[in-house]
Amino acid sequence: MSTETADPTSKPATEPRHLLRIFLIWLVISAILDPLFYFLVGPHVPPGRMTSTAEENQFDFNILFIIALPVLIGVWTYLGYSIVMWRSGRKGVPEPVGGEAARGNMSVQVGWIAITSFIVLFLAGFGTFELISTNGAGGGEGPNPIWKPTGAHILPVQVIGQQWKFTYRYPTFGGFESQQLILPAGTEIAFHVTSLDVIHSFWAYQLSVKADANPQVDNVAFTKTRQSGSFTVRCSELCGLWHGAMYNYGKVVSKQAFVSWARATQAVTARNTKLLPAFAWTYVPDANGADGGYYPDNVVPYSPSEVYGAKQPAS
Amino acid sequence: MSFGGRMATFLVLLAIVVGLVVFSVVTFLTPQPATVDFTGAQTSGSPVNLTVQTVGAIGFGDHPTWVSYMVKDPSGAWVHSTVWKVPAHTRINVTIDQYDSGSPLRNQQWGLVQGTTGGIASLNAKPFRVFDSYSGNGVGHTFSIPTLGISVPLIGVDGNAKAFCNSAAPCSVSATHNVISFSFTTPGPGEYPWQCFVPCGLGFLFGNGGPMSTVNYMGGFLDVAA
Repeated sequence: MSTETADPTSKPATEPRHLLRIFLIWLVISAILDPLFYFLVGPHVPPGRMTSTAEENQFDFNILFIIALPVLIGVWTYLGYSIVMWRSGRKGVPEPVGGEAARGNMSVQVGWIAITSFIVLFLAGFGTFELISTNGAGGGEGPNPIWKPTGAHILPVQVIGQQWKFTYRYPTFGGFESQQLILPAGTEIAFHVTSLDVIHSFWAYQLSVKADANPQVDNVAFTKTRQSGSFTVRCSELCGLWHGAMYNYGKVVSKQAFVSWARATQAVTARNTKLLPAFAWTYVPDANGADGGYYPDNVVPYSPSEVYGAKQPAS
Repeated sequence: MSFGGRMATFLVLLAIVVGLVVFSVVTFLTPQPATVDFTGAQTSGSPVNLTVQTVGAIGFGDHPTWVSYMVKDPSGAWVHSTVWKVPAHTRINVTIDQYDSGSPLRNQQWGLVQGTTGGIASLNAKPFRVFDSYSGNGVGHTFSIPTLGISVPLIGVDGNAKAFCNSAAPCSVSATHNVISFSFTTPGPGEYPWQCFVPCGLGFLFGNGGPMSTVNYMGGFLDVAA
């Protein structure tokens, strides 16, 4: 067994400038990886660029990543450097406990706290700005949105959640209802999300739109379509047995194709649309289900005033 | 307590916990209704005939008062199962004998025949595309495969009719019923859930609990095989 131990008070004659070395290593790696990520990976980061909110959210994710990556690299660089330079087997390395080397480094501590504080505060400001500038970033803003698009032409689409399917009403085309969600490209869309029973959540992934569907609540979310293509809609609120099957695929098509589809669907479903309740922003769910009267609320069954569509918006 | 005593206590408690987990999994999670296989009884490419009935109360089993579906297996026997195996890319001719009463739909959208061949269904041999659920006896149930965009309203019968089926399923053809027929073509292989869009779980809030939330009652799987 070796009896040799390093003298804790001993110091190499010429101690290298470790902090400068670590900084330079960190700077080089970060300067290489950050642009590589932003330009090569960034354009492919979900949710893509199908809508204004998707594009902005992708940008936000990329900004978050290129800020977080240097922090990660800094920690790993320090760790790697420590393992190499201050491993116990290396000659002249002081004992890990006690001695001058364990007293801490004020400038490193202050620097770390200052930099990370700055990053957190900057991201708070950046996130708030991005939320406002993108009219809610595709999230549901409730019935009275604070941030609204200023465009003159906004297409309202009502999303109706029910166990276990989303259906869609188009008030500007006579209020027809469809199982399909088709949207025109290059158009501001206002999704009015509501439910006829329990709480669902409308999540149009590639559109980067997500809004809870609550009964008797008109939850509004905005986006502007940019590119044509398909997107997936899923319910993201656990809502019962067939929650996992509560999805559908939508399409963003050209404006001309959209108008053709909407008019054709309006004509095909005209007979059923007459039977639907007048378009309303929210509806009173019928708690009775089938064969009413078995239910605790004793709502009169079959009453048109108690079923879907009874409640009209206050004008 | 000695070390041996503590070990014994620990092992007993562990055995109880493991036993409860196994019991729960076996009892509540793994049981599936038997799959009724329609893939073997038909020649390749020929249509599959699917005959189903909806009953107001199944009349047997764990939940005899629950509304449910019955299906006629390839041998012609009525079976209580909602998991049906059918071939891919094949026309399915569906005949549903509807023995239950009806009501207006919570969402009249489900009064529209959707996704069937020709976008049409027939009620007692009369074709229809839309059914007004506020008319007649309303809609009893729907047969819907949401992921395929298929939905057909199953028109209700008079719940006070003399010949209303009050016996255990299957109901006799002499009982009051409507016959709803339609066809659709299966997609590629996959497991497609189907359900009813009438909240017919009586006694459950919003009508979507009980039979509406239990496989083998008002929902199941269309198991489309290659």
